[in-house]
Amino acid sequence: MLIRRRSKAASAPRTPEQLVGARPEPAFALHIDGREIEALPGHTIAAALWRAGIMSWRTTRTGGEPRGVFCGIGICFDCLVTVNGQPNQRACLVPASAGDVVTTQAGTGREGGGE
Amino acid sequence: MARNLVCDVVIIGAGMVGAACAYYAARAGLDVIVVDRASVAGGTTGAGEGNLLVSDKPPGPELGLALLSERLWRELAAEQFGAAIEYEPKGGLVVAQDEKSLDALNAFADGQSRYGVHATTVAADSLSDLEPHLASGLAGGVFYPQDAQVQPALAAAHLIRAAAGSGAKLRSAETVTQLLRTPSGAMRGVRTSRGEIHAPAVVNAAGVWGGEVAALAAVALPVLPRRGFILVTEPLPRLVRHKVYAADYVADVASDSAALQTSPVVEGTASGPVLIGASRERVGFDRAVSLPVLRRLAAQAIDLFPVLATVNAMRAYVGFRPYLPDHLPAIGPDPRVPGLVHACGHEGAGIGLAPATGRLVAQLLAGAVPEFDLTPLRPDRFTAASMRAEAEAC
Amino acid sequence: MNGAAAKADRELRLAVVGAGPAGMAAAVAAADAGIAVTVVDSGSSVGGQFYRQPAARLRARAPQRLHHGWRTWRALKSRFDRQVSAGRIRLLADHHAWFAERIGDEYRVHALIGPEQQHSVIVEAGTLLLATGAYERVLPFPGWTLPGVVTAGGAQAMLKGSLVLPGREVVVAGTGPLLLPVAVGLADAGARVKALIESADRRSVARLAPTLAAHPDKLAEAAGYAARLAAHRIPIKYGHTVVAAHGRDRVEAVTVAALDAKGQAAPGSEVWIPCDSLAVGHGLLPHLDLALTLGARVEEDAVPAVWVDSEQRTSVPGLWAAGEATGVGGAALALVEGEIAGRSVTAWSQGPQRAWLDEDHARDPAWSHAEQKRRSLRGFFAAVNAAYSPPASWTTRLTDDTTICRCEDVRAAAIRSAIADDGANDLRTVKLLTRAGMGWCQGRMCGPAVAGLIAERDGNGRATAIATSVTAPSVTAPSVTATSVTAQRPFARPVPLGALAGLDQAELDLVAVDGAALDVAEPDVAGQEEESTNE
Repeated sequence: MLIRRRSKAASAPRTPEQLVGARPEPAFALHIDGREIEALPGHTIAAALWRAGIMSWRTTRTGGEPRGVFCGIGICFDCLVTVNGQPNQRACLVPASAGDVVTTQAGTGREGGGE
Repeated sequence: MARNLVCDVVIIGAGMVGAACAYYAARAGLDVIVVDRASVAGGTTGAGEGNLLVSDKPPGPELGLALLSERLWRELAAEQFGAAIEYEPKGGLVVAQDEKSLDALNAFADGQSRYGVHATTVAADSLSDLEPHLASGLAGGVFYPQDAQVQPALAAAHLIRAAAGSGAKLRSAETVTQLLRTPSGAMRGVRTSRGEIHAPAVVNAAGVWGGEVAALAAVALPVLPRRGFILVTEPLPRLVRHKVYAADYVADVASDSAALQTSPVVEGTASGPVLIGASRERVGFDRAVSLPVLRRLAAQAIDLFPVLATVNAMRAYVGFRPYLPDHLPAIGPDPRVPGLVHACGHEGAGIGLAPATGRLVAQLLAGAVPEFDLTPLRPDRFTAASMRAEAEAC
Repeated sequence: MNGAAAKADRELRLAVVGAGPAGMAAAVAAADAGIAVTVVDSGSSVGGQFYRQPAARLRARAPQRLHHGWRTWRALKSRFDRQVSAGRIRLLADHHAWFAERIGDEYRVHALIGPEQQHSVIVEAGTLLLATGAYERVLPFPGWTLPGVVTAGGAQAMLKGSLVLPGREVVVAGTGPLLLPVAVGLADAGARVKALIESADRRSVARLAPTLAAHPDKLAEAAGYAARLAAHRIPIKYGHTVVAAHGRDRVEAVTVAALDAKGQAAPGSEVWIPCDSLAVGHGLLPHLDLALTLGARVEEDAVPAVWVDSEQRTSVPGLWAAGEATGVGGAALALVEGEIAGRSVTAWSQGPQRAWLDEDHARDPAWSHAEQKRRSLRGFFAAVNAAYSPPASWTTRLTDDTTICRCEDVRAAAIRSAIADDGANDLRTVKLLTRAGMGWCQGRMCGPAVAGLIAERDGNGRATAIATSVTAPSVTAPSVTATSVTAQRPFARPVPLGALAGLDQAELDLVAVDGAALDVAEPDVAGQEEESTNE
């Protein structure tokens, strides 16, 4: 085995990828509000955003408060985001793909398509 | 309970009609207690869209009530409640899918106009000015500026709060188990799950359960449930500006059929979601969700507003319209039981008709002559034969 | 395979909703007995929340380092895969069940195909097992809506599935045994876990000692976590709670306080802990939507859960439930419940209304073994759930401007006003008057908090009982099927109106999906059998 058991926290891996000996397929780029970030194959949109240090991508309808992942499993709908023009997608469920255009959302997420 | 409560009038039911009765009675100086088995808006009130419509009513006593109510709702909104109850005088747009239906709609509107309904014909090519997302290819429509909407649970709650400001009391989670009578048979109050409340007058505002309350006084009132589902979408920007419905809705409302009827009724709300109705079925109090009904509602709504196809339905809810065999409410004193006043059976129009109902009931309770002729709505108008026929039809 | 699927029409078929431990175990048990099984799951691969695996393309060679019970998982997975290959289990991954109905003797599960979720398909089967699992309960506190505040299970899910962390300096808080693996997992993966804040006091946790002693495997598990917390130098503060999270655009610190005997924050005990994320949870709640829609009985014990008999049958004929949906008890219990359910379905296939019981199962060693294991684990988790119940008086820490309903931004003041001024004494009325619970999540997040605020008014929990009646009452038979934390939601998840409108064509879609779905079984990504540090 390439990965040896490590008995002491002092020598613990520094990243989740090191912990599980991940050798991801090559990274790809996606865009959030015009900014390019790197994502790994297999990531959800939320994972790609977290990896890029982005923790919020939506503001609420009434209070305008920033929101991002809360439950992480598709129940709370806090992480809603627009992906390739489709609003109100749960970032924690939608897989990231090369060239995805992610747009932060305000309000209902559909203001542009409304009046 | 340490001692029995005493008041001028007990109102059974804290739905929209009970709330309006409490509001006007308290304002008339009466000492009011509202009793509800659940709490505010626990029954049909909490399961409706909050329509205040004149557009769907043919000339007759119900239209008269609706026009009185339309004026009272405007007053209530202007006085203090407007924003708090999400009152929106947005108007209704009735659309016809073909020429034949349009002709019928125009004839219907002409008849209404003679009784004070404002109705404007909208040509096919002008429909999009009123509703930019409306499907193309419709034959035309009629715009009814008097149609409006409230959030019904908030409306009931705020009217009861205002009544409480005039001394009324709400007793929730308290079930009326018995109507108390004097030796001569007149009302003396109610017994509840928590004690007795004594009053010379009792108002039956129990909505779809109004027949069961009447039965407590050993009188018959054939209120039956007519089930309806509503689909609620995700919050949206203002895609739908008015209450929009198809002309065949009016025929469905007036129908006596027990079978399922659906006609598209679509409207936005102040808080974002679009509400989609309307279905009518006589299936008793069956709360089970019927997917075929919801499918039809969704399909018909998309026919009117194609933009809704990719919009999510977040939930659906079921409600039971309290209807009487002639589709008119029972409003007024019960000659069989002195002191018992009925205010129920408004079918799908209870929110809209509530202020007029409350005001007329308050006038009765105060010993005045009601400003509206209640004869067609008298609670004892149903003969034993008509009730038997109705029961068999179910 | 299409031939087999067509032939299956005349056999008893089982539909399983949920491919976590319970659903997989049931599917395997039924498939082993020759039943045609269709498993519907919203995930892209099987395992559910507990056995969530890193995405295949992340090519993790040692995923077991994020897991407990790896060997059990490997065994289950290989049995499952074998039945998928044999065509006896059909896996519909990325299928989001949104509705279930019973038409005659057939069940129909409606599922949206992900990730777009614009098209719905129907799975039809004579029997249905709900293995819908659970989601996390989070009791609100000021600041809980700040980005960087995530559920403990959510932090774990993001780590297990995508190998990402919510931050570098994490506080783990709330109550329950889930916090231990979350804290350890985050630390293993490189986060600095600054503290584990457990609201249960040390004494009530210590009272678990005899229970643990009776379960050597659980004792070893607990000891393992304690050792690893120590190795990572993670302080555990029992009898403490996060009273507020602070920050502007994301969490920057939390205030932690000691709880007194009444569950109140002890004045002067507050400690400020800088952090960039907070993973918080207060136990799990079963997913009940489909069960309620189908009319299955739900009972409230520690949490509301689907009632089942000794064979995991619900109150509705032909409908089984297993795993967290029937009461929160962890993966090992879910596995044995799933197995019992699968065998019970098998017995049912022997003839109308047959049960495993009728097959003389008392002499079946598999039955006695499974039954004994289930009883033991249920007993264990009853003790655990009692030790880790949320603190009393937690609602007193909700300031009036604390957000309760995250979706509709409803604050505590509005809810308290509806309760005090309008007499609202159930979730439905509070919802109607305040919009709490009307938003995207349909009250799943705020339900427990609203129920807590209703109970707060009475102080004696009386309102909690009333709050169970969330459906409109009828004079003769109040339909109290739902509970204090669950309103009945006809749709288990939002459904596009177009998909709803197109249901009359949905069956045609299923034929097209069939062929594709059979190829979904993902390649075995974790080839190594290295002994995990987690075992």
